[in-house]
Amino acid sequence: MTASKKDTLKNAVNQPSWLTKMWERISIVFESKVALVGLIIVLFWVTVAIFAPLLTPYTPTEQDYTAQNQGPSRAHPLGTDSLGRDIWSRLIYGARVVLVMLPISESFWLPLGTAIWGVLLGLIVGSTLGLMGGYLGGWIDEVVMRILDAMMAFPVILLYMIIIAAVGASATNVVLAIAIVGIPGIARLVRSLTLDIRTRDYIRAAETRGENPWYIMFVEILPNARGPIIIDAMLRVGYAIFAMGTLGFLGLGMPPPSPDWGSMVAKGRQFILSGSPWAALWPSLAIASLVVGLNLFADGLREESLRYQ
Amino acid sequence: MSSEQVKHAPILKVKNAAISYETRYGDVEAVRDVSFDVNRASTFGVVGESGCGKSTVAFGIVDFLGANGKIVGGSIKFQGRELVGRSESELRKLRGDQISMVYQDPMQALNPSLTLGTQLAEVLTIHRDISRDEAWQRSIGMLQRVYMPDAANVMDRYPHQISGGQQQRVVIAMALLNNPALLIMDEPTTALDVTVEAVVLDLIEDLKRDFDTAIVYITHDLGVVARVCNEVGVMYAGEMVEVGSVEKIFGDPLHPYTQGLMRCVPKLGSTKESSTLYPIKGRVPAPKDRPRAACIFAPRCDYAAERCRQEKPELFDYRPGHQSRCFYSDDIDPSTWEPPAGLVSELALPGNGKQTPDQPILNIENLKTYYDQESSSLLSLIGMGEKLHVKAVDDISLSIPEGKTLGVVGESGCGKSTLAKTIVGLETPRGGEAEFLGFDLSTPVSERDVNLIKELQMVFQNPDSTMNPSYTVGHQIGRPLRHLGKVKKGEIREEVHRLLNAVRLDGSYYKRLPRQLSGGEKQRVGIARAFASQPELVLCDEPVSALDVSVQAAVLNLLLDIQREHNTTMMFIAHDLSVVRFFSDYVAVMYLGHLVEVGPAENIYSPPYQPYTEALLSAVPIPDPTAEQKHIRLHGTVPSALNPPSGCPFHTRCPRRELLPDNGAICEKEEPPWQYNTEEHRIYCHIPLEKLRKFDPVVTSR
Repeated sequence: MTASKKDTLKNAVNQPSWLTKMWERISIVFESKVALVGLIIVLFWVTVAIFAPLLTPYTPTEQDYTAQNQGPSRAHPLGTDSLGRDIWSRLIYGARVVLVMLPISESFWLPLGTAIWGVLLGLIVGSTLGLMGGYLGGWIDEVVMRILDAMMAFPVILLYMIIIAAVGASATNVVLAIAIVGIPGIARLVRSLTLDIRTRDYIRAAETRGENPWYIMFVEILPNARGPIIIDAMLRVGYAIFAMGTLGFLGLGMPPPSPDWGSMVAKGRQFILSGSPWAALWPSLAIASLVVGLNLFADGLREESLRYQ
Repeated sequence: MSSEQVKHAPILKVKNAAISYETRYGDVEAVRDVSFDVNRASTFGVVGESGCGKSTVAFGIVDFLGANGKIVGGSIKFQGRELVGRSESELRKLRGDQISMVYQDPMQALNPSLTLGTQLAEVLTIHRDISRDEAWQRSIGMLQRVYMPDAANVMDRYPHQISGGQQQRVVIAMALLNNPALLIMDEPTTALDVTVEAVVLDLIEDLKRDFDTAIVYITHDLGVVARVCNEVGVMYAGEMVEVGSVEKIFGDPLHPYTQGLMRCVPKLGSTKESSTLYPIKGRVPAPKDRPRAACIFAPRCDYAAERCRQEKPELFDYRPGHQSRCFYSDDIDPSTWEPPAGLVSELALPGNGKQTPDQPILNIENLKTYYDQESSSLLSLIGMGEKLHVKAVDDISLSIPEGKTLGVVGESGCGKSTLAKTIVGLETPRGGEAEFLGFDLSTPVSERDVNLIKELQMVFQNPDSTMNPSYTVGHQIGRPLRHLGKVKKGEIREEVHRLLNAVRLDGSYYKRLPRQLSGGEKQRVGIARAFASQPELVLCDEPVSALDVSVQAAVLNLLLDIQREHNTTMMFIAHDLSVVRFFSDYVAVMYLGHLVEVGPAENIYSPPYQPYTEALLSAVPIPDPTAEQKHIRLHGTVPSALNPPSGCPFHTRCPRRELLPDNGAICEKEEPPWQYNTEEHRIYCHIPLEKLRKFDPVVTSR
């Protein structure tokens, strides 16, 4: 009795609780200064996006014709645009669409932002195609990869514009566009990882127990490819934000008057030389900082996880 | 100092050397207090299990430890000059000029984008003031010296154009070009096949004599040590625990660790009926867990006394030239050693095998497995090219009786693994029949009945990839139970614990991830997983070749235990002929996809031999320096299976062809007949049995 109690105690000491295990996983971020800086930038944008209604007295579409194209002031910390809308409010509400909510219709929205949903959708389809190509091989591989090659032959921005022009500008369509543009790259990455992992003995073992190919692909192979896939996905969220900015700038983003960083830059652009650069400057900085933050975070994590191997 | 003294002074004198690596968790002392001398024209073998610091010692001699390694104490004297504390540039000059190294993997030592000639000649033009033409000529001479066929032409080739054994010969030639006083070899034959290894080991022996070189030879293989070394140092956990001549180390080992190692390896000729392997209990401590003021081997030692845990023994001269780091070496007599209780289960002891009637459980007739290879011509692009096949398994017929073990041996690339993969259904045979328990085995595993899959499982070679790194041990052993439905849902956890117990792992392993396990433990989990569905036939593809000897002994015992308990039939693939002899009831010898000899194990290891079997046996390194072994060496390499030789596949390398009229003209033209020595023992050869029977046994121990 005592002996068994001792054993459990010993096990408790040897086997760290799930909390410490979680902490070990998270603490990898703090090992790398680069990743930490990136994380802080990203967390800043996520926080302001979530709490946007609490951080500003204005709504993003509220117009004030007495204060147009103003610089930073006490009433408007980042100034106002040509229609007298508060830039800070528009920025943080704009961040919501990018990072924390996906509006499906007037009254219904999903958590997580447009960029993230786009990458997730691309991940699901791209990983499946990559796994199939890499594991099943043969003609499936040939067909899938040739189609994806053809997609990759298009310049990315052209592909975005073709898709949006075809299906119209809305948040869900931007998600679709991000996903479709991301699929070839994700599929190639997953395929190359699969080609390596499928030679391991544990895949042979699964095959000798007669597991079906889908079980092997999604349960045996995919979890072991997760590291590179997660890092790649983070970088992709950055590219997606960049792409959303570009689309908005070209007038293919969220329909006005919703706050969209890209269209804010486009609108503010004409006033730069007339002495009020603020309306273009702040959203540009927002896009740049968020993309740089995500890149730093992903790069830092990659370096750190490689060091652990 | 007189010249006479200089001649006899050791080339290398290592005294109390200590080497540390800087890590994130502070300095880790990988090697401490290592002392040994290496003399001219003599080979000093450093032997020990992995993680004991063998390679660190070798790299330490030339201070080649990488950015985070450094020598923290002691002295290393080379030809009387101190090496510790020398500047990088002085050492670099010495490394190319006076001290040479040969590494394990020749492919990594050679630059794939330069011709071999360029790389060889460069050694001379950099370190000696000679012209390129002369360097080229000397390089050719050296290649001839290492018995490289067609040396002048090899100079113009690239590394990938010659075989692994030839690559290693080039590396050795490169190391010898400057006529170094000291040659350090770090596992130079580990990556090579036995037949190639034997040739390289002969070469090392010849060169030592002709060039008067001192050699430090690092290996984990006791058989290789017995063959090439004059002096041996046994390393354990970063310390040298015993130093002595090779005869004394093998004949009269003083340290309990050395004695333990000897009990772990099967002697060639010993069988599971006649002897038992005794693993060493516990495992090598990690560098940070090594006690400073105690005997480092005490936790695993059967003789450990109180003194061993409180005081650190010194390397003490027990006999002239034979030192041991143990307080009690004089009192310990290994012949009276008794295995401690629980080290080996009752089942593993000899003579407990169940006697069953020899009903064959697996029957294979004329099995063929080919891999398609597209030729690289333009025609094949449009599907009109000539179809080529790699005949990995060609026309193999054999059967395994129930409850017995069939060992399969042969050089790499001879089709052993393909045979196993075909039986288990990972490859589809091109022809022939295979029958097991009434099931037809010619379908791929995806089309097989679940009842057949249950009865036919496999244990894999590489412990690092046998387990999925993402899942716990319990999950992975439980998966076949769940998938194959051998036990009810609610009882899976209980059954997994029973299986863990059966492979001698306690319940705490249930929740562990593979990265928290050692190689031996992973292999045990792999065995538990294969045996989960209680299969009738288990195919083991080199299950112990990646393991250290003491772990290997434990895993072999475990397999024997399970086999005896469940009367499982096994196919055991291995390249180590001593292990196969120990483990198997029947042995099949394969060459280039063909079976060349098959029969009960004792018949295979004694005359009459198929000439290939004879050559294999004479190439195996035996861990006994007093054993007499016939000297038969195969020349050339295994021919390509894309285009196998006509007639007998072995005729291109066969050393016994001259026994036939016309120097074996018939071997090239006709496939040899199967000659039956006994009902069970058959040989695939043109040479009449009467002549084969007259061969001497390959190994005779005194």
